[in-house]
Amino acid sequence: MLCQSCKQRTATIHLTEIANNQRTETHLCQECAQEQGLTVKTQVPLNDLLNTLLSAQAQAAGSEPESPGREHACPECGMTLKRFAKESLLGCPQDYKEFHDELMPLIEKNQNGKSTHAGKLPSHMPPMNRRESELISLQRKLEQAIRNEDYETAAALRDQIRAYS
Amino acid sequence: MKPADLCNQPGKWFGGQEGAFADIVLSSRIRLARNVKGYAFVGSLSADKQRELLERLKTIVPGADMGAKTFFIDIDLASALEKELLVERHLISKRLAQGKGPRGVIVSEDETFTAMINEEDHLRMQVYASGLQLQICWQRINQIDDQVEKLAEYAFDSRLGYLTACPTNLGTGIRVSVMLHLPALKMTGQIEKLVGAARDTDMAIRGFWGEGTEALGDCFQLSNQVTLGISENEIVEQFSAVFIPQIVAYENEARRTLLEKKPRILDDKIHRALGILSNACLIGSQEALYLLSHIRLGINLGLVKHISLKTVNDLFLLTQPAHLQLRAGRMLEADQRDSLRAEMIRQRIHEN
Repeated sequence: MLCQSCKQRTATIHLTEIANNQRTETHLCQECAQEQGLTVKTQVPLNDLLNTLLSAQAQAAGSEPESPGREHACPECGMTLKRFAKESLLGCPQDYKEFHDELMPLIEKNQNGKSTHAGKLPSHMPPMNRRESELISLQRKLEQAIRNEDYETAAALRDQIRAYS
Repeated sequence: MKPADLCNQPGKWFGGQEGAFADIVLSSRIRLARNVKGYAFVGSLSADKQRELLERLKTIVPGADMGAKTFFIDIDLASALEKELLVERHLISKRLAQGKGPRGVIVSEDETFTAMINEEDHLRMQVYASGLQLQICWQRINQIDDQVEKLAEYAFDSRLGYLTACPTNLGTGIRVSVMLHLPALKMTGQIEKLVGAARDTDMAIRGFWGEGTEALGDCFQLSNQVTLGISENEIVEQFSAVFIPQIVAYENEARRTLLEKKPRILDDKIHRALGILSNACLIGSQEALYLLSHIRLGINLGLVKHISLKTVNDLFLLTQPAHLQLRAGRMLEADQRDSLRAEMIRQRIHEN
């Protein structure tokens, strides 16, 4: 199938839009889709994102970028954001708390907008944390059910969540 | 068992007959990244602490995969050739091979379970199976993980999940990978489309053999990229029920198209490959992968009848450079390897 826009290259991007019960289909090649702003996710390495963020912050503060004396370092492992931007690996589990505010936007960007764990839980967990995790997981399922318009499941989940508090 | 003993052994998990779509899906793999509570991540950990952790995990992990016999390989003490062999067999990563300091790998005797210690994370455990068998992989690695966790508490946060050195593994720490042989999609120039589609669904697709992005032997590896906010079961389910059956259907469609529209070109490619591999005296590793891929396609289409799929799958693995050298018992120049490779392929093809 040829691209509708340039009518030269093969269409590889197929869009189906439904507005006012009207279904429209668009078939475009990669290049034309990009021109129209319909891109095509690219995976940006985490440290590139962080570098961009750091330089933007430095500019906003109007400060000279090199000021190692005031740089925040993790008390456990000595990791700094600058070092993380260079190496793209963190130093210790505590870093997730130390740099929480800076890391979370990057994590969300890299993890398809997600910021909360939804997988298995270690059996070692203290009961309080376990409760919290289970509650988070139930809330996530509830949101999913509402999105799917599965109100029966949603009601059951809501009752389970209520039983927790 | 020593690493050198593996150079004659075909891989159990690679291209076996078990599992769904075994003609196109070579193998399934699930990896979990874990870190032990109370230690810094490997990059910020002193050599003494790395040693301590290595000794601890070395005693805990082997008992976790119930019933399986395992052996430990100290990567710090392994020779360059042994490390290369382990990388060629996909038992360790290049990162572990090229790293430094106390580190190692635990391997089950049939190579379907491995646990790297002190790689990017403290513990990277993986389970392999042939064909599409992700549910089985997940059940097994999940059980192993439960056992290990009883004796070594993991770094875990109730909101962020399992804490990993790189935030791209955060949450479940899971990497689900499926190895696919896609020669018809390659011949019909459709791989780029697949790469685009993979990216749009937060998957990564890369070549399974060799370095860089070039997919030698038309073998590709599809893996999940998102590890947070989605459960292990959901990822396994997406791969098993949606992504992989779809790609398999595309490949089969491309094979049908080639058979119908370009039967002579297809015949020529396959028999040309057969001719070269049956007669050549020198064959490089890249050329071998390229030609073996065409023969594998020929077998699956019923166009090549006198060679078994197992013979070709074994040759993919056993003709790699470190395999040939450990088999010979010494380092070899490239032309000596090419000669041994050609000889091995000729023999095995004629044995059939």
